[in-house]
Amino acid sequence: MREVAVVSFAQTPYVRRENTRSEVEMVMSVTAEAVERSGVPKRDIGFTCSGSSDYIAGQAFAFVGAVDALGAWPPIVESHVEMDGAWALYEAWIKIQCGAADSALVFAFGRSSMGTISETLAMQLDPYTLHPLGIDTVSLAALQARALLEGTHHTEREMAEVAVRSRRDAKSNPFAQLKGDFEVEKLLAEPHFISPLRKHDCPPISDGACAIVLAADDTARRVCERPAWIRGIDHRIDLHQPGARDLTVSPSTKRAAENAGAHAAALDLAELHAPFTHQELILRDAIGLADDVRINPSGGPLAANPVMVAGLARIGEAAQRISRGEAGRALAHATQGHCLQQNLVCILEGA
Amino acid sequence: MSEIEPVTSIVTPTRLEYEFTAAGAHAEFLTRVAQGVLVGKRCPGCRKVYVPARGNCPRCGIATAESVEVADRGTITTFCIVRVPSGNIDLKLPYCAANILLDGSDMPVAALLQECEAEDVRIGMRVEAVWKPKKEWGPTFENIRYFRPTAEPDVAVEALGDWA
Repeated sequence: MREVAVVSFAQTPYVRRENTRSEVEMVMSVTAEAVERSGVPKRDIGFTCSGSSDYIAGQAFAFVGAVDALGAWPPIVESHVEMDGAWALYEAWIKIQCGAADSALVFAFGRSSMGTISETLAMQLDPYTLHPLGIDTVSLAALQARALLEGTHHTEREMAEVAVRSRRDAKSNPFAQLKGDFEVEKLLAEPHFISPLRKHDCPPISDGACAIVLAADDTARRVCERPAWIRGIDHRIDLHQPGARDLTVSPSTKRAAENAGAHAAALDLAELHAPFTHQELILRDAIGLADDVRINPSGGPLAANPVMVAGLARIGEAAQRISRGEAGRALAHATQGHCLQQNLVCILEGA
Repeated sequence: MSEIEPVTSIVTPTRLEYEFTAAGAHAEFLTRVAQGVLVGKRCPGCRKVYVPARGNCPRCGIATAESVEVADRGTITTFCIVRVPSGNIDLKLPYCAANILLDGSDMPVAALLQECEAEDVRIGMRVEAVWKPKKEWGPTFENIRYFRPTAEPDVAVEALGDWA
């Protein structure tokens, strides 16, 4: 295996509605910043891969349009996944492992605000028997939360605690959107939104973009003082039909964490892509996180949830803390689909 | 089961609505075209002018800065003759769809050509915009109904550079 590291990370501030910049302009700013910070000359970057969804842009081939941001002339080696950018990073990692490149630029973007994101994401459902019922993402998450609350020891109070901690930690993240000091008691006194979920259990709607540069072996050591080495990465998938699985557990996360080597040594922090509070509880159980592992110091997806970007941003946030010397070993997680259907786990180390 | 009609198809209507926000350069183009002016943006690197105005140069990967007004006349860089009907186009067949390099710009726009027989269209032909009546103008490229030939001599194909 080649040693591959995150050597730079850049992101836009995440906002409720990005009115002044197009997707291309957002991508241009984060990719230029990530490449410049990486110290890898732009012409030396061997592979570029992006994650986004044309359904979010409401425009066919929006992902091809984003390549306009790169100055891809002479032509570059480029690919795209119709998934969160974390899976684009996985493709880039494979490309580097295969020896086809020594470095890669990975980016993700989306303006969720342009459509109704909970309905847009419902387009992922089985189109014959499930989607025609009109169920949306938040309702599906609420079904999952109800199953968790009724079937396990987890409580609405724990869910509110996740929201309070996320918004508090987001205060020190200049890119986060929803931040501040809240009290569990007051949040629990709020009415239900889609029962048993309250507003604080759901992510904000966010527009934004982020980019990461990966580099291998000596390239990483040369350009970066403290690269965040990817020591394990794996992604697994559960059944598509939400009714066909136990929604209170996440076997795909458990398997991905094991395969990525999550338990080989102690973790300092975990950046979990849990857009809903109860999903963090499920993930913590699935991974088997120790109580002293700091979770989502960035504020996580409850503080900013740019769809297609938030998973890659978890990897970037975790890597950044390693490169700054604030953590030695971190876990980053990304999810895709309904009710934590597909999950990726990435283990990063500073030494 | 044998007496039950097999289900051979189902209809599941789906609709997604979007509220698109035109960002900087795009918004400038739409605002100015509503006033009858075509605006492009110049790349500070390669100096190319893109119409409709766009916020970045796809070749250089850098932000465009300077706004440039371009002409509503130009030169055909390539064309096709359409001889098949299409559900959403109500035009007499055959008709010509052309790429037109507007004077002062470096990227052709796709447009409809009228007032010209199909067999007379050629690369290098000079054309001009025919606008809708001013009271019908809005923030859309459709303010131009179509392009038509001018009486100017053709531009030599070699002079079209990258585009022919």
